[in-house]
Amino acid sequence: MLSRRRFFFRAAISTLAAQIGLHFRAAAQRLPTLHPNDSRAARAITINVNGVERTLTVEPRVTLLDALRDRLGLTGTKKGCDQGTCGACTVMVNGRRIDSCLTLAVMHAGDRVVTVEGIAQNGVLHPVQRAFITHDGFQCGFCTPGQIVSAVALLNEGKRLDRETIRTEMSGNLCRCGCYPHIVDAVLEAAGTS
Amino acid sequence: MNSFRYAKPSSPSAALTEFAGERGARYVAGGTNILDLMKIAVESPPLLIDINALPLTSIEVTGDAIHVGALARLTDVAENESVRTHLPLVAIALAQSASPQLRNMATIGGNLLQRTRCPYFRDTATPCNKRAPKSGCGALGGEIRREAVLGTSEHCIATHASDLAVALAALDATVHVTGLSGNREIALHDFYRLPGDTPHVETSLDPGELIVTVSLPLLSYGARSTYLKVRDRAQYDFALASAAVALDLSGGTIRQARVALGGVATIPWRLPQAEVLLRNAPATRDTFEQAADAALAEARGRGGNDYKIALAKRTLVRALEIATA
Ligand SMILES: Cc1cc2nc3c(=O)[nH]c(=O)nc-3n(C[C@H](O)[C@H](O)[C@H](O)COP(=O)(O)OP(=O)(O)OC[C@H]3O[C@@H](n4cnc5c(N)ncnc54)[C@H](O)[C@@H]3O)c2cc1C
Ligand code: SF4
Ligand code: FES
Ligand code: FES
Repeated sequence: MLSRRRFFFRAAISTLAAQIGLHFRAAAQRLPTLHPNDSRAARAITINVNGVERTLTVEPRVTLLDALRDRLGLTGTKKGCDQGTCGACTVMVNGRRIDSCLTLAVMHAGDRVVTVEGIAQNGVLHPVQRAFITHDGFQCGFCTPGQIVSAVALLNEGKRLDRETIRTEMSGNLCRCGCYPHIVDAVLEAAGTS
Repeated sequence: MNSFRYAKPSSPSAALTEFAGERGARYVAGGTNILDLMKIAVESPPLLIDINALPLTSIEVTGDAIHVGALARLTDVAENESVRTHLPLVAIALAQSASPQLRNMATIGGNLLQRTRCPYFRDTATPCNKRAPKSGCGALGGEIRREAVLGTSEHCIATHASDLAVALAALDATVHVTGLSGNREIALHDFYRLPGDTPHVETSLDPGELIVTVSLPLLSYGARSTYLKVRDRAQYDFALASAAVALDLSGGTIRQARVALGGVATIPWRLPQAEVLLRNAPATRDTFEQAADAALAEARGRGGNDYKIALAKRTLVRALEIATA
């Protein structure tokens, strides 16, 4: 009979082996050997990100979110759910807020993207950013980049805002820490000052 | 997500040709449904055809209808002045769909073709006749709180998720499509297919056919209309029950009525029996309750979704009260 220790050791080894196998499979999937003209292969696209033309080489299946984070190193934009349900990945495309996890980078060749890194101008915080600090609009901060980009876009949309409409208009951004009342305070103040 | 070929044609005919050239190809518009399904391996097309370069974003008003391009974004239609003034039920249904971010992405055509949110459809480890024909139905005998009570079959009880489609069912909208064999118009009541024993066949579109325009008739009494959506959260959630209503009211009497239900049926559910009861009846709670009883007469719950029958009735009654207020 196997001793407990041997059993755990074997179990660990086989899990490890399975993980390595998976890893190789994933790697093989990531790097298919394709003819460069095959449109499955990575292609160069140019996107204007935070005012700078950025050329990057991506496979068609790379989401805008992954391109921003993994290819351009702009990790301010967060991946919460990866399925459109949380808003942590909110960026602006051509001035409008969207969820960057549900769109492909190749679909945005030639577009203007603004991420949370592009909200402050010349080192000066945007009124929304200042208001989030004043009103303590976050705890862990994971949802905050999405909240801020969403709020900046909301102010640009030019609607009349009160507490109730802010709650509705910010409903695409979930906060696991439940900072909603403070977020509403912050957006309300920014709406009055910007 | 699987690896795929990507094409971005600039005309409808080029898109149709691309589609015809690759078995299993899919179009992508806003991407909010197809890319989600690709991530969870419910869809894995070898070719994704991005239709965003097609000139189909306009919203045009003619004498008798508002013609909405298939690529118009939900936000733009919801905020369009003509839609808001003449067809508030459409504006409200859209404004209450998904989130502001998703509405900036999602298109009218894609919204009508979105797939069900049935959790078993979305889980490739469970059987599902809609996803894998003849594999069985994971929902029957499973967790069915969100499943349908109208239009179901022994093969599928999945709820149709679109809010817009419910408003369009009430309105009798027309879907204009183009395919390799030409253009045609499909009335909304012919557009969706009941699951029956082929739940994987959801619409009367032929493979590859593109939605070009959706025409919203300017119903003479469209201004007196509303959409009421009941859900677990106040915002950013699918309907548990919803009602689209439009009423022609004069002196406390209903002359004409259009009513449809959402969140409770396998396809957007127009209610002809209820409309007959409402016609020429006094606009009273009694009338509304009779209409609601008739509307749900054929509903069938299966335990976990029984509550939807009462909920749908109340939703319809309240929507009628709002529209007559
Ligand atoms: C978190 C979340 C919440 C949501 N809440 C709601 C809600 O409350 N109410 C609601 O109604 N919806 C809701 N949705 C669904 C959303 O509205 C749809 O995903 C969206 O409308 C689909 O449009 P799209 O342009 O993004 O479609 P895509 O994902 O691009 O396409 C969807 C399907 O339609 C096909 N297609 C697209 N355009 C055309 C065309 N012109 N001709 C032929 N085929 C076409 C595609 O091939 C694909 O099969 C929600 C989605 C998410 C992710
Ligand atoms: S209800 Fe329909 S979609 Fe859901 S598991 Fe059954 S067959 Fe699939
Ligand atoms: S990560 Fe995109 S919405 Fe959650
Ligand atoms: S601050 Fe933690 S999720 Fe919002």
